Amino acid sequence: MKALSTFLYRRPALYVALLLIPPLLWFGTVYLGSLFTLLAQSIYSIDEFTAKVVYEPTLATYKQVVTQAANVDIILRTLSMAVAVTIACAAIALPIANYMVRYASPRTRALFYVGVMLPMWMSYLVKVYAWRLILAKQGILSWLLDTVGLGAALDALLRVPGIGGPSLSASYLGMFIVFVYMWLPFMILPLAAALEKVPESLLQASADLGARPAQTFRTVTLPLALPGLAAGSVFTFSLTLGDYIIPSVVGAPGYFIGMMVYQQQGTAGNIPLAAAFSVVPIVLIMIYLTLAKRAGAFDAL
Amino acid sequence: MTAAIEFRDVSRVYGEVRAVDRVSLTVQAGEFFAMLGPSGSGKTTCLRLIAGFETPDSGSVLLNGRDVTDDPPYVRDVNTVFQDYALFPHMSVLENVAYGPRVRGQRKEDWQQRAREMLDLVQLGNFGDRRPAQLSGGQRQRVSLARALINQPRVLLLDEPLGALDLKLREEMQIELKNLQRRLGITFVFVTHDQGEALSMADRVAVFNHGKIEQLDTPRALYARPATAFVARFVGSANVVTGELAQRLSGRAEPFAVRAENIRLRAPAASANGDTMSCIGDVADVQYHGAMSRWQVRLESGEVFAAAVADTNSNGDFKIGARVRLEWARNDAVPLSAAESS
Repeated sequence: MKALSTFLYRRPALYVALLLIPPLLWFGTVYLGSLFTLLAQSIYSIDEFTAKVVYEPTLATYKQVVTQAANVDIILRTLSMAVAVTIACAAIALPIANYMVRYASPRTRALFYVGVMLPMWMSYLVKVYAWRLILAKQGILSWLLDTVGLGAALDALLRVPGIGGPSLSASYLGMFIVFVYMWLPFMILPLAAALEKVPESLLQASADLGARPAQTFRTVTLPLALPGLAAGSVFTFSLTLGDYIIPSVVGAPGYFIGMMVYQQQGTAGNIPLAAAFSVVPIVLIMIYLTLAKRAGAFDAL
Repeated sequence: MTAAIEFRDVSRVYGEVRAVDRVSLTVQAGEFFAMLGPSGSGKTTCLRLIAGFETPDSGSVLLNGRDVTDDPPYVRDVNTVFQDYALFPHMSVLENVAYGPRVRGQRKEDWQQRAREMLDLVQLGNFGDRRPAQLSGGQRQRVSLARALINQPRVLLLDEPLGALDLKLREEMQIELKNLQRRLGITFVFVTHDQGEALSMADRVAVFNHGKIEQLDTPRALYARPATAFVARFVGSANVVTGELAQRLSGRAEPFAVRAENIRLRAPAASANGDTMSCIGDVADVQYHGAMSRWQVRLESGEVFAAAVADTNSNGDFKIGARVRLEWARNDAVPLSAAESS
């Protein structure tokens, strides 16, 4: 045992290799391997008559994704939802995270962390179905709004074309609310982590040099929170792009990318189309990260 | 003439701890004022009270004769050099220096011009485009100084600004800061735990202990005439003689202090005269410091005396364990106020 320890201590490269090989094998084969196998399917196409996959490299499936009006609709609908959800999460999370890090007592801060993470410990499906009930036509939310006399306002909101519908649970607005609820912790936690790394003295220096609190927030806090905002928005953005349960349980009947992938590989058995649809969120995230990097979101890292 | 800074009976309490305990003080305009004390003595809290990062629980703070007790930092006419420099990592050096004029809405040409002048003043003219992370500790210190001075404050606050620098750089910066203060003529308030720094730079020094000012005096007076045992020990680590020993040596029970460099070492048999005090002990340790040596001598009654003696041959024959006579002039025994203990 001792001899082995000494042997490994003298050969750090071998030691590191022994530690890393099992996880790397797992990561390489199971994780990346299966992903690329799926993606590889997207360069094949399906025979219209036999419904069998034709194993000849072609871009026909991709062409189908980006040219057919119905598919483009799905991509745009999903993308708009992801952008809206990300912006809303950022707007709600920023004051919460800032309060947690800067102003809350250690006790309150711990309570906030538990409060933020508690919903994440519960079943995702239960939460989605619970929200369907909350948002339903005679659900608790519309009852509450009626009681305080805001029922008419809700009806007016639901008449807005595009986001409205017969009830909140059958509208894009309702779907948006559920998405924001689901992904908010993924925005708050990285944002709080980023804000925690900003030393108090920077904020004091800013005030000392004559900046009012709003100026300090804009010129110091926000730029230094950008890496956290970028990390959080990658979560909210990609989770919304890929989700298929929330759009199928809550909201208007329009398809989302995740639902399309689910349907094409399941019921329709069109694996190449499902694979090609899976590539769309990956490409969108890459574009988003490139834009974020250009905007300097990672400069303060 | 109104004072640059005035504290009237200021207290700041954290839970049970009185970080600043009914402090009153006045800093004159154009003065180089040092706040000296060990960590937790309240000196930094006092600085933060001047800057406005803290609000006193009682008492009032005046700047240039105006009560600013409830003013937030961004309306006070003071600027701070922070201990960790607090440079904005996402801005260039030039943008850091220009931060004050920028948030006050100055035009870009103006603040760029001003910031370049300030960088020239601290000899960093060519570093404007760099990020703070690309600078050395000493350079960051200068940027922080330039950034604080660009608003032309009437008072500059410095919170242990030299603490993170190595010895040589620290000595250079001491001289530079002193020159800068003379040239600009603004009030400097300098917080430090290093008595050497306080003595060499300041016009007046306030020695803090347990949230109170033990003594406020010029460096010379502080060194030559410490008022309390704490000041005597903290500033230049003098020997403090109390109780029975004080009674036996001086004929009175009041405590007194003797500077280590005022003590001479002699052979135990040497005769004493009336103008001196002397006692006998054994050499416990010697540290060689080049120009002089520091001797630790243990008396029979247990007290340890420090004697700093110029390193001449005459002392060379005392070995560790040797019996020696400690001797000092009666004038060099400085009476201390008996009230203070620690």
